[in-house]
Amino acid sequence: MPATQEITLFVPGLLRPYCGGRSEIVLTVTDLRDLLAQVEAQHPALYVNLCDETGRVRQHLNLFVNSDNVRDREGLETAVATGDVITILPAVSGG
Amino acid sequence: MTLGSRAGLTLPEMRRYGRHLVLSELGLAGQERMKAGRVLLVGAGGLGSPAALYLAAAGVGTIGVADFDVVDESNLQRQVAHGTAAVGSAKLDSLRARLTDLNPHVQMVAHPVRLDRSNALAILRDYDVVLDGADNFATRFLVNDACVRLGKPDVHGSILRFEGQASVFDARTGPCYRCLFRDPPPAGAVPSCAEAGVLGVLPGVIGSIMATEAIKWLTGIGEPMVGRLLLYDALAMRFRELRVRKDADCPACGPAGAHAELPDYDVLCGVGESAPADDGELSAEALSARLARGEQVVLVDVRETFEWEIGHLQGAIHLPLGQIPARVGELDPTAPIVLYCHHGVRSRRALDWLRARGFTSLQHLTGGTEAWSTRVDPTLPRY
Repeated sequence: MPATQEITLFVPGLLRPYCGGRSEIVLTVTDLRDLLAQVEAQHPALYVNLCDETGRVRQHLNLFVNSDNVRDREGLETAVATGDVITILPAVSGG
Repeated sequence: MTLGSRAGLTLPEMRRYGRHLVLSELGLAGQERMKAGRVLLVGAGGLGSPAALYLAAAGVGTIGVADFDVVDESNLQRQVAHGTAAVGSAKLDSLRARLTDLNPHVQMVAHPVRLDRSNALAILRDYDVVLDGADNFATRFLVNDACVRLGKPDVHGSILRFEGQASVFDARTGPCYRCLFRDPPPAGAVPSCAEAGVLGVLPGVIGSIMATEAIKWLTGIGEPMVGRLLLYDALAMRFRELRVRKDADCPACGPAGAHAELPDYDVLCGVGESAPADDGELSAEALSARLARGEQVVLVDVRETFEWEIGHLQGAIHLPLGQIPARVGELDPTAPIVLYCHHGVRSRRALDWLRARGFTSLQHLTGGTEAWSTRVDPTLPRY
């Protein structure tokens, strides 16, 4: 059984209406896949805006662990450590 | 980075730029490089306004501006280059008047066009640095791809609500925009500032950062923001920095992008696609006619509470988009439902979500309350 870690999920303003207006959510997870599962269970409206019907993170969003894009690490298998900050980065077009 | 040429300063210019000349990092050489520098602003709106003002004030010799819009009263809360007297006139004319007054030593070159794949390379080619302050994904992806093709730095800024992003994408030395966002979001997936709102001062912060990066680039001072994405949250008053790495398979700066033709970015972004007749679109006029006939329709307002309080359609029920998954049981899956929001983006998403869960008689108000107010009932407040 992998160890659980307490991480902070940073939610961009665009998605805050889907999690009660919160900008940060503290979760205890084993890895990013577990993080998404917990978001689905605890914040279903946020989850449907974060992942598509196949469970993949939507194409206009990026997930970062601290300052690194998970694409540059091990994707959803990227390990996390207590104190890590997970950022949801949306593509934004406003100018 | 290759530094640009230098252009000699006149005595009045030396007086004007005195506070720059005493900065040892910048000095006379830096100021002369700025004078010789050529910067293109894509968009003369929220980001373009402060960027243009600071670049002109700083003495960037040639400032190109690509824009085809006119000044609207709703622009003035953030687009500080334009004034009330300019409402209804071309933004390029308004901006030229402002920049000429601000600094007659710089030249503004107007490009009164919508950038597309037929003109982008020819326009961008003449500039040293490109500032992307566009308000749509099609232009942003185009500007990135054209910059990659031409070997130009793309100084990126984008804003929404209370948050902004800024970076410098230079595919020669680091990642490009599409190393981060490979493909555009589906049409309607990300709201615009008109739909989601924007704090007026926010583009002032991000546009000023963009101008700073352009000046650094032209003069060769400091550390360009290549490979770093700056996130700004005005509510938390917090800056954070994320690392952006080059994607070996990037469709723009990777091997596949080098020789590919620029695509049609409107098609790539799903802009202007005609909606199928049965996909649930309902015009304001058609909804008005149905209500006038006394048809039983469940009107569902999916906007936020503060928007509901500004005004709503008579007889509607209020069910914000974010609460639909938890409160879906309040809706009858077989009843004729018409969803609406401010502009029709959120109601479209609600429709798609409900349709996937077995709702059989769904439509949404195309253009939202904005269309209802302008075409049916002007007593419903616009905002």
